[in-house]
Amino acid sequence: METIASNPNSQFLINEVLLAETGVYAKEINERLLLITRNKITHPVIYIGMGTCGKVAGAEYTKQAIIQYIDEKKLNVEVIEVGCIGLCSAEPLVNVQLPGKARVSFEKITSDKVDTLLDGIFNYSVPSEYVLGQFPHANHEEWDGVPYFFNHPFFATQKRIVLQNCGIIDPLSIEDYIARGGYRAFIKTITKFTSEKVCETVEQSGLRGRGGGGFFTGEKWKIAHSSAGDEKFLICNADESDPGAFMDRAIIEGDPHRLIEGIAIAAYAIGATKAFIYIRAEYILALERLKKAILQAKEFGLLGENIYNSGFNLHLIVKQGAGAFVCGEETALINSIEGKRGQPRSKPPYPAVEGLYNKPTVVNNVETLANIPSIIENGALWFNEIGTGNSKGTKVFAMTGKIRNAGLVEIPMGTTLRHIIFDICDGIREMKELKAVHIGGPSGSCITPQNLDIEIDYDSLIGIGAIMGSGGMVVMDENTCMVDIAKYFMNFLQRESCGKCIPCREGTRRMHEILENITKRPSNESGYETLERFKGIMQLESLAEVIRTTSLCGLGQTAPNPLLSTLKWFREEYEEHIFDRKCKAGVCKDLRLFYIDVDKCTGCTLCIKKCPADAIIGTPRSPHFIIEEKCTGCGICYDICKFVAISVK
Amino acid sequence: MIINIEVNNKSIKAKRGETILSALSRNGISIPVLCHMDGLDATGSCRMCVVEVENLPNLIPACSYPVEEWMKIWTHSPKVVNARKTIVELLLSNHPDDCLYCERNGSCELQNFAIELNVRERRFPGKKNKYKTDPSSASLVRDPAKCVLCGRCVRMCDEILDIAAIDFIGRGNKSLITPALSKPLNLSNCINCGQCIMVCPTGALHEKIHFRELQDALHNPNLHVVIQYSSAVPITLADEFGIKPGKDIHGKLNAALRKIGFDKVFETAFAVDLSIIEQSEELIQRLQNKEKLPMFTSCCPGWIKYIEQFSPDFIENISTCKSPQQMLGAVLNSYYAEIQNIPAEKIYSVSVMPCTAKKFEAQREQMTHKGISDVDAVLTTRELIKLITLNGINITQCEPELPDLPFRNRSSAGKIVSASGGMLEAVLRTIYFKLTGKELPGLKINEIRGSKGYKEAKLKIGNHVLGVAAVNGMGSVRKLLNELANGRNDLHFIEVMACPGGCINGGGQPLYKDIATLKNRAKSLYDADEIESIRVAHKNTGVNELYQNFFTTPLSEKCQQYLHTTYKKREVLL
Repeated sequence: METIASNPNSQFLINEVLLAETGVYAKEINERLLLITRNKITHPVIYIGMGTCGKVAGAEYTKQAIIQYIDEKKLNVEVIEVGCIGLCSAEPLVNVQLPGKARVSFEKITSDKVDTLLDGIFNYSVPSEYVLGQFPHANHEEWDGVPYFFNHPFFATQKRIVLQNCGIIDPLSIEDYIARGGYRAFIKTITKFTSEKVCETVEQSGLRGRGGGGFFTGEKWKIAHSSAGDEKFLICNADESDPGAFMDRAIIEGDPHRLIEGIAIAAYAIGATKAFIYIRAEYILALERLKKAILQAKEFGLLGENIYNSGFNLHLIVKQGAGAFVCGEETALINSIEGKRGQPRSKPPYPAVEGLYNKPTVVNNVETLANIPSIIENGALWFNEIGTGNSKGTKVFAMTGKIRNAGLVEIPMGTTLRHIIFDICDGIREMKELKAVHIGGPSGSCITPQNLDIEIDYDSLIGIGAIMGSGGMVVMDENTCMVDIAKYFMNFLQRESCGKCIPCREGTRRMHEILENITKRPSNESGYETLERFKGIMQLESLAEVIRTTSLCGLGQTAPNPLLSTLKWFREEYEEHIFDRKCKAGVCKDLRLFYIDVDKCTGCTLCIKKCPADAIIGTPRSPHFIIEEKCTGCGICYDICKFVAISVK
Repeated sequence: MIINIEVNNKSIKAKRGETILSALSRNGISIPVLCHMDGLDATGSCRMCVVEVENLPNLIPACSYPVEEWMKIWTHSPKVVNARKTIVELLLSNHPDDCLYCERNGSCELQNFAIELNVRERRFPGKKNKYKTDPSSASLVRDPAKCVLCGRCVRMCDEILDIAAIDFIGRGNKSLITPALSKPLNLSNCINCGQCIMVCPTGALHEKIHFRELQDALHNPNLHVVIQYSSAVPITLADEFGIKPGKDIHGKLNAALRKIGFDKVFETAFAVDLSIIEQSEELIQRLQNKEKLPMFTSCCPGWIKYIEQFSPDFIENISTCKSPQQMLGAVLNSYYAEIQNIPAEKIYSVSVMPCTAKKFEAQREQMTHKGISDVDAVLTTRELIKLITLNGINITQCEPELPDLPFRNRSSAGKIVSASGGMLEAVLRTIYFKLTGKELPGLKINEIRGSKGYKEAKLKIGNHVLGVAAVNGMGSVRKLLNELANGRNDLHFIEVMACPGGCINGGGQPLYKDIATLKNRAKSLYDADEIESIRVAHKNTGVNELYQNFFTTPLSEKCQQYLHTTYKKREVLL
């Protein structure tokens, strides 16, 4: 392996870019940087979106097809894997850059479309049905009739600070990261700023924790900075486990050096010489890229002893999680790193005072830390100008559900929900109606259409009884059953509860059971059972209140949120489930009732034979009939009827 | 620094930095607690101790939140009481509805909460976790279905006893406390001390019950049922039944046992004197031959199992003497059987101990002779109390009676052994006499008395300087063994008792005893010792007769046969 000393590119980058006084370079330096950043190329480059979203969409096969194509045609083409640019529903994304021409992005390029795409583009003809847009650059000739990528409605109003490199650069090219100005903030920090100044800058920027807590980051750093301790630690919380949240994953897969830089600056600010990244073991690709990036940073002397003669030492250790959502809670995370059971501790004392091994420890989320390099580079005032009064900067939201464009969007705080759903994400699929948006994962609540014009920030959400959480938003239409949503989250929470405290361990289980009872049809229905179900709902609210106020940690304290919020906004849906035993959205399988269309039924008796509840009667060659009282809603008859004669009532 | 806080609208004084719970207890305000353990850091896991603090949005756990000057606290506001009640209801919803059939009926903390918080309906009917009981151990029974996961047993075994035989596994409502690899308890490194039972709030842990099979034996005309009891038992019963010191509780107990139907009643204290004679001869021999030193006492079965499994290198150092319980059992099956002309297999020998490990000891294969166990059944003090109640006996009204011949005599040295340092002192009194011909001045060695975990003293006996130590609670043992392994050689005789404070605080004693009561028990023993006429084992005429008539001299061949035992390295999981 080449050492830094022998690699001419590395020495150049260190001397001329990293250690340069200003970010304005002489012409020859700029020329060389253009080559490193691939803004000037001598042979074609193909970029393939290889984040986990891309892989799931088939990008591995796309890559194989591309490589096969260029091998067969003996072309001199560079193929690079990049991270996720955010438009996950359009993956696999393939960007093609020909020398002298602007880089063009194409969507949904599965392996079968590779030939058509490359045949076209290598002959300077852009296949318009797949094109997303081009990236204009002073050096590159634009393609005719191809819109600008960042004018796409999904991207037009985004402000990409944290995601600026994702999907653009090779995540495993530290040279590209540095050529674009990366790690300059870090070098500036450790050679020119005191740790107090860094804490001050971040406090003034108004950055708030992006993991869900929303605590002012600079304030937390200051507490750790001033706490007594012979050793301090910085921990990056990459245990992102909210169902439907994948911003941290995309940052690590797409731009791991940004995260490393943020961690390094944070460690310096609080006086830590050891930093940990606690990353969930399920993020295999992110883990792989992260480890490689750390090695690269070490080779460049950006981690280790006496970094760039500043006197600052920093060692970065990667710790893998072991499949526990609760270990995203900071004290449970700390216990996990210490080798103990992943269970939270009582607070106070807070980790900033007594954390890992009882030393002052700051635990920050990935997205929070990914903001730091830009804040240091551009200053606190620059960050102040983005966002709202109490919530500065941008937030990455993971948009999933029934929307047309799904994926990651990074927008300034204060953007309205209406704009996000109907402009950026292009509205609801299949012309359906928006029913609710669930924000904040298992700790979160739903927002109903009447609040669509809310300007999203930490406090405005609290004002309508919701929380930002980590920023995962699930958009729902009329075919979503809100009771089922509550049941889903409650099931998740009772499985993930650590079991330490009684209200959460036993309480979430009982709440889940009550919800199960509502969505199941017992075989012998009696009035007593209806009463039991109704009693269950009444107990639910009182039980939820106790769980909320007495649980040890955030998991238990926010566990009742999805349930209480759906109950508040969609009470009639609950009542329908309880009294009418109906699920209007058609989701709760056990409450489904099937009926046979007498005009379509041919009397083949297949459904009679297959029905596990003996609920269908009829004679051969005459229409059959489903006895409602016996039907369990399993749907076997619906699935096997060859004549499409059976439907859901 | 003293600060003022307001509790239930009254101002009270608190120390800055202490927890709310600590401030409340000092001011005599009590709130329910479950996972709390005196002397250990709070985990804050049960949430029973929550209180309402003005301006804080959630309820606050009193055990782990520090007091602050501005606090206004309500310990029993409607919100708090409702929260505590809900927590208990949640526990009950996952608990067997078994109260009337449970070992802890009437002494269960969960029951007490249900009473205090006036639980009257089953608000959360649902699935209950089903677990099988683990009756594999000779001393303890685990019933995980009744476990409320308070974690006290785990902390006792790990943080106080340094054994860690059981721990949590799993997550959420599938959490469980179990020995390593979920194996049965008898395969683990559990030393049977029963301290976990002492802190278990429910019937999830209790001793193996033997007094029920005893009822059959008692009414079997073919069996000659005899019973012995440790000196710790009468003082404990005096506490339990409110009998004042000075009243002859030993005598009343003898009478009660005869009423129950035991053919003969003996005190283990007689055999303690016997074991003191044997131990002192053994130690003198080792001192003369300068071998196998230091000598460890062998009366604590928990300690024996500890050595056999963790430090088998020290097996040679343990005294080969059986424990007093086993010695008396062996004597009953041999000498007593002879002089009473009753075949040994017809003698059903029972003992009452403050200890659960004695149940394990009684079934050790080395504790038999020609296939007959020295002791057939061991009862804990708790079982004895149940036996007395079952037979309708009012012990306070019994007229005192003497124990049976020929084992009626006992010195008070034979009685102080239940306290930590007691066996050491008792043996030293006799060794002093044997080596110098004179009695130990004052018959008292203060440095080895008391409930501290590790006590050491140097005793000048004639020309020797004897280094002695008394350890109680296994927490201090590991360090000592390391020192000895690394060459420490100034100690000659070491007493080890597994239970913190010694046998008076053993795993078979009545539950819920506070520190004051425990200290009093030890004090009663030493006070009684002061006023006794015979205070040394070598003056016990009954023991001397036993040697004359049967054993000839200490450490004789016959002694080796009946009164001494062997130990073996033990393989356990982890």
